[in-house]
Amino acid sequence: MPELIVTKDIDAPGLDTLEGYRQHGGYEALAKALQSQPDDLVEMIKKSGLRGRGGAGFPTGMKWSFLAKNDKTRYLCCNADESEPGTFKDRMLMEKNPHQLVEGVIITSYACRVSVAFIYVRGELALAGDQVERAVAEAYAAGYIGKNILGSGYNLDVIVHRGAGAYICGEESALMESLEGRRGYPRLKPPFPAAIGLYGGPTVINNAETLSTIPAIVKNGADWYASFGTEKSKGTRVFCLSGHVKKPGNYELPLGTPLRTLIYDEQYGGGILDDKQLKAIIPGGSSTFILGADKIDTPLDFEAIAAAGSMLGSGGVIVMNEDTCIVDAVLRMTEFYRDESCGKCTPCREGTYWLTEILHRIEHGDGRERDIDLLLDICDNISGKSFCPLGDAATSSITSSIKLFREEYEHHITHNRCMVGSRQFDVKPEVEAHSLQVGAR
Amino acid sequence: MISEQAKQRMRDLASRYPVARSAVMPALYIAQQEEGYITQEALQAIAEAIGMTVDDVESVATFYTMYYQQPPGKKVIKVCTSISCYLRGCDKLVEHLEQRLGIKRSETTPDGNYTLMTTECLASCGTAPVLQVNNQFVEKVTLEMADTLVDEWDHELKTKLDLSC
Repeated sequence: MPELIVTKDIDAPGLDTLEGYRQHGGYEALAKALQSQPDDLVEMIKKSGLRGRGGAGFPTGMKWSFLAKNDKTRYLCCNADESEPGTFKDRMLMEKNPHQLVEGVIITSYACRVSVAFIYVRGELALAGDQVERAVAEAYAAGYIGKNILGSGYNLDVIVHRGAGAYICGEESALMESLEGRRGYPRLKPPFPAAIGLYGGPTVINNAETLSTIPAIVKNGADWYASFGTEKSKGTRVFCLSGHVKKPGNYELPLGTPLRTLIYDEQYGGGILDDKQLKAIIPGGSSTFILGADKIDTPLDFEAIAAAGSMLGSGGVIVMNEDTCIVDAVLRMTEFYRDESCGKCTPCREGTYWLTEILHRIEHGDGRERDIDLLLDICDNISGKSFCPLGDAATSSITSSIKLFREEYEHHITHNRCMVGSRQFDVKPEVEAHSLQVGAR
Repeated sequence: MISEQAKQRMRDLASRYPVARSAVMPALYIAQQEEGYITQEALQAIAEAIGMTVDDVESVATFYTMYYQQPPGKKVIKVCTSISCYLRGCDKLVEHLEQRLGIKRSETTPDGNYTLMTTECLASCGTAPVLQVNNQFVEKVTLEMADTLVDEWDHELKTKLDLSC
C-alpha cells in the first residue's frame, strides 16, 4: 500500500474533532508555517509541484504568486462545491477530516496575506457543511483563527458559506458571484480572480482537496511531497472510482499509477462488476473525454491522460462495462449539462437543450441519418463560444463517444434499437412532437 | 411568519460579510427553515434585513434549486440520477418509488407527506445508487431498502400525526 497523504488516518475514530486531529499531528503545520515568511511558503508550494485538484490542474504555488500586488483587501475562496458527476472526494475529506481542510485554509491565507477566507460548501452536502462549520468554530475557540493567531500577530476571519443547488457555482467566477449574493453567472475572463476577484480584491481560489494537502507539505517539506508521483505530476491524488467495478470508492494513489491498477487491483477496484468486459472509462469526471478499453494501461497523471486523449479533471474515474449502451449513457450525461447550464450564454443554453433532444430521439429509436453530424455540428458551435467551460464540458462525452463508438449511434438510427441490450421501442417517445424544428434552427 | 429572531439572524449575517448582500443565500435558508419554502413575506423580510429590493432577492431565490418555490412534502426524497448512479440502477429505484408513493417525480403526495425528486450527482458515486431524504444520505439503496425506508417514514409520520391530535 503506497503512502497516504491527504487520506492519512482518515478512518481514525475522532479524527473529525479538534482533539482527535491534534492527536494525529493536527495544527503542527500551522505553527510551523507561522514561523516562516509568507513568500517562503509560496516558494515551498511551488517547489512541491502541487497542482490544483479541482479539475484544471494549475500549479498551486504559481497561482498564489500571481496575486496582484496592490493595497486592496485579498481574499481566499475554498471551492468545496463538489458536484462534477463521478466525483466524491471533497465530501469525504470534509465529513471525515474537516480540520485538515481548515488548517490548509489558514496556512494558505497566511501565505497569500489574506485576511478573510471563505469556504464555499455545496448546499446538498449538509453533513460536510456542518462538519466544516464545527471545525471552524473549534479553530476559532482554540485560537487558530481570529486575532493574533498563536501569538504571530496574524489575523484571519473564516466564513463558511453554503451553496444552494447550482453546479455552475463550482466554476470560480460563478462561485464569486454567488458569494457576492447574486445568481451564479460566470464572469468574463480576464480579468482573472488573482487580479480582480471577490469584491474586486485579488483572490485565490483553490479546491478543497488541494487545500487539504497543504498541511502535509508544510510539515514534511516540498521535496518529500515531490518524491511522489511523476516528474510533472507530483504527489498523490484521491481517485474517485465509480460505475461498473466490484469495489467502488475513494483511493489515494501516487500520480502516474496505471488505470489498470486502480480498476483491477484487489486493493482498489477489484475488477469489473460480474467479471464482464471493460468497455469505456471516463478518467476525470463527466466533463472529460471518454477513453476506450485499450487505454487501460495509461498512467493516471496529467500528461499521460492528456496524451491518451482526455483529461485527469477532478479525478472521478467512471467505469462502464460491455453491457452499457453508450448512447444512453451519453444522453444521461448531456441531460446533466442541459439542467445545469446557467442560461447566460446562448450557445450553451440552447446547444445543451438540442443535444439532449437529438440524443433522446436516437436512443429511443427515432433517430435520423444526419443526426450524428448534427450532434457534432452543435458541439462545434458550443465549444469555446461561452464565458465558462460548462458548454465545452457538455460536448466532451458526445464527440469522444462518436469517435470511439460511432457504430452504436448508427445502429440505433438504422435498426431503431440498441446494439448491446435487447431494448426495443414500441412506444414512440414524446420528443417527436417538439423535435421537428432542429434542422430549421 | 418570519420571526423577529430570524430577522435578527439575517441582520447579523449581513454585518458579518464584507458586503451585506452576500448574506442573501444564508438568509434564504433561514427563511425556508421557518416557513418550509420561500414565501412572499420571506422575500420582503430578507430585502429589509439586507438592504436589497424584493425583486433582487427573488432573482437569487429562483436561481438555486434548493430554495423551494412551493411547499414541499414533509419528507423530500431526492434520488440521484447522474451517470454513476445510472450505471448502478437508479432508474429502477426511481420507478419503484414512484409506484410505491403513487406519484411521479417532481410531485408531492396529496396528503403532503412526500415529495419525490430526481437530482444531479450528489457526490456519493462510490455508494451508488444513492438518495437523500431531507438532506440525509441513504447509500447503496436496493429496492427492498427503499420499501423498508418508506415503511419507516410512514410509521414516523403517522406517530407524529397521532401525537399532534
